[in-house]
Amino acid sequence: MKPRHKRLAIVGGAVCAVGAAAALVLNAFQSNLVFFYSPSQIAANEAPTARTFRIGGMVVEGTVKREGTKVSFVVTDTAKSIPVRYEGILPDLFKEGKGVVAQGQLHDGVFVAREVLAKHDENYMPPEAAEALKNAQKGNPKLAESISAEPIRK
Amino acid sequence: MIPELGHLLLWLALGVSAVLGTMPLVGAARNRTDWMALARPSAAILFALVALSFVCLALAFVGKDFSVLYVATNSNSSLPTHYRFAAVWGGHEGSMLLWTLMLAFWTVAVARFSAHLPDKVIARILAVMGWLSFGFLLFMLATSNPFDRLVPTPADGRDLNPLLQDPGMVIHPPMLYMGYVGLSVAFSFAVAALIGGNLDATWARWTRPWTTAAWIFLTLGIALGSGWAYYELGWGGWWFWDPVENASFMPWLVATALIHSLAVTEKRNSFKSWTVLLAILAFSLSLLGTFLVRSGVLSSVHAFATDPRRGLFILAFLVVVIGASLTLYAWRAPSVGLGARFALLSRETLLLSNNVLLLVACGAVLLGTLYPLALDALGMGKISVGPPYFDTVFVPLLTPLVFLMGIGPLARWKETELPDLASRLKWAAGAAVVATVATMWLRGGIGVVGAVGLLMAFWIIGSIATDFVDRLRPVGGLRTGLWHRARLIPRSIAGMQIAHLGVAVFILGVTLVKTGEVERDVRMQVGDTTTIGDLVFSFGGVRDVQGPNYRAARGTVTVTDKGRPVVTLHPEKRHYPATQSTMTEADIDVGLTRDLYVSLGEAVDGGAWIVRVYVKPFVDWIWGGCLVMALGGLLAASDRRYRAKVRRTAEASTSVASAA
Repeated sequence: MKPRHKRLAIVGGAVCAVGAAAALVLNAFQSNLVFFYSPSQIAANEAPTARTFRIGGMVVEGTVKREGTKVSFVVTDTAKSIPVRYEGILPDLFKEGKGVVAQGQLHDGVFVAREVLAKHDENYMPPEAAEALKNAQKGNPKLAESISAEPIRK
Repeated sequence: MIPELGHLLLWLALGVSAVLGTMPLVGAARNRTDWMALARPSAAILFALVALSFVCLALAFVGKDFSVLYVATNSNSSLPTHYRFAAVWGGHEGSMLLWTLMLAFWTVAVARFSAHLPDKVIARILAVMGWLSFGFLLFMLATSNPFDRLVPTPADGRDLNPLLQDPGMVIHPPMLYMGYVGLSVAFSFAVAALIGGNLDATWARWTRPWTTAAWIFLTLGIALGSGWAYYELGWGGWWFWDPVENASFMPWLVATALIHSLAVTEKRNSFKSWTVLLAILAFSLSLLGTFLVRSGVLSSVHAFATDPRRGLFILAFLVVVIGASLTLYAWRAPSVGLGARFALLSRETLLLSNNVLLLVACGAVLLGTLYPLALDALGMGKISVGPPYFDTVFVPLLTPLVFLMGIGPLARWKETELPDLASRLKWAAGAAVVATVATMWLRGGIGVVGAVGLLMAFWIIGSIATDFVDRLRPVGGLRTGLWHRARLIPRSIAGMQIAHLGVAVFILGVTLVKTGEVERDVRMQVGDTTTIGDLVFSFGGVRDVQGPNYRAARGTVTVTDKGRPVVTLHPEKRHYPATQSTMTEADIDVGLTRDLYVSLGEAVDGGAWIVRVYVKPFVDWIWGGCLVMALGGLLAASDRRYRAKVRRTAEASTSVASAA
């Protein structure tokens, strides 16, 4: 093998490897994106039914019910609300009347959460939840739409 | 008075860093020895000023001076003294001061341990580090002065975030910052070399120990953070692919690539421009991490109350540093030239593959971290990229990397023969397969991905064993002792193999915990039990206890193994009145082959509690592996060969320079 060919082989190999890796990364990226929907969007049937996504808003006071390790509560963006079911231990900062973000899937109008996220500060509102509230309060459907994930779903 | 003194010291430090950034650089350009000679004393003065300023802030904390805004926001009179000291870096302003202190420390360390470097080189290096100090000091003084007063003075402070009141928190940030900032040394060496135009093997040899030192700190810092999350957040996870974690992981990946690429540049004089680019990239990613964490675009325990000016300042700083260094690179790198030729199958090629894979992995993390932020910033919706993405990407990317890790150290520079390599490694491959099958049979429940993990870990161990056996074999009929032959192995080689062993230990830990962990959330009343395998966890109820600055509900969980008592665990649910916050404090029985992890959920009706019970096999091997990696790095960085050779080549290059 001439040095030129060797270099070509190395460069070619590297390009192929990087290409394959990039394809892998982008493919994994596409199939693991988690979109965010507000209760208003779910009420308007914009949310998917067979895909994991996130919801956010405020936990309605007096709706948290426990039964063994199962828990149910209602999340609202002040305009619309959605019932949520979860099994397991809620984070320390989960409180009625405070912001919450949950990840899971929609089953027959109930959001079955696999994960409930509340962040590490009692004054802190998860940005997704804050935005959902803000948009719903403005009562501006266009703005609410703008936080849907349409542009990147092609 | 003391806070004002601290503030004044920061302004003085800004002035000194400006001198350090300019005079030696101009001196090096104009051959003015007296100007260049300013570099070392300026570095020392800079360090002294920043250190004194840090002491001033620490005094304000220890002395409970709540008239200082930062002290009042991050501590409380009931906070124990050691946490009041650690609270110095518990918030944004103080952690920037710590960052600047670390930078000054590295600067003075370079000044101190560089007696063998030519004057011009050291002048340029210290000047570049001076500019970095200048940027960070200006940032602090302009947007985040830790010494701002609060009028009127409150009676008591708001207290440190309870999550941060933990011994792990006391050392995690300093370690991580030492690593982040330590990469500035490699960066400064690279920029100085680009300015001077003398990129050669000696440059790589000078840079290597510094880069390895920074990498050690970064490794330990990340491991400590992961360990802290494991026991402090109360849900037993050790890595969440949180953007802040990613921000520290990206520089680590690039620094690892840099260490390997530096080896090629030193030994074979190849990959020079690539190595320089990696040095620039590694520190740029440190800065990007700072930006992400400090600008408030991320929300997590690390993102303190934010101010848009801060984000803007760091972004501007980031653009200036990365832009200037890349411009310099584009201008100077083409003149660097190619290094020695190498064959298709050689250690160079294998190390190149290592670099490509590490960089792709870093790119994947960068995509997953920045894409949601970019989309959000452009108002195109909110998305998140969770652990499934990173898990999907990392297994296929790291498997070839780890496979090559078993081959690379045994391959020869320049050219290596495939049959030779295969015959040396056949025992390692066989042993790896046998060990994997045996482990799968013993433990059960290990899937395909788990099997790949085990195979890779045992493959590395087998390859390391092969390497050491070959090196320890007597050669040429000389009857030397085993110890004598062991001492002939260069420390850099032994260090590298030990670091690789650390990777194997880490992979074993991850694989066995992922495939064998049992997590259970159960509702328990006094006397209730839950069984995992042979282990029986029985709940003995909860009683109230009083801590120094919190009240806690303290549970009792007794664990027995086939009737024999193992341990009694006391998980707590703490309430901190100063911050009105609740904290879960897990209790863990640490073991070599498994951790028993118990934490309290919430109280439910009838005196029952939701209790979280985990059994995590081999989880401590994850951090143990990181520790072994760091030890390997320490051994490699301490190789005496560096210093000895450095002195000789430095003399050689100065004599060449004076002859020219």
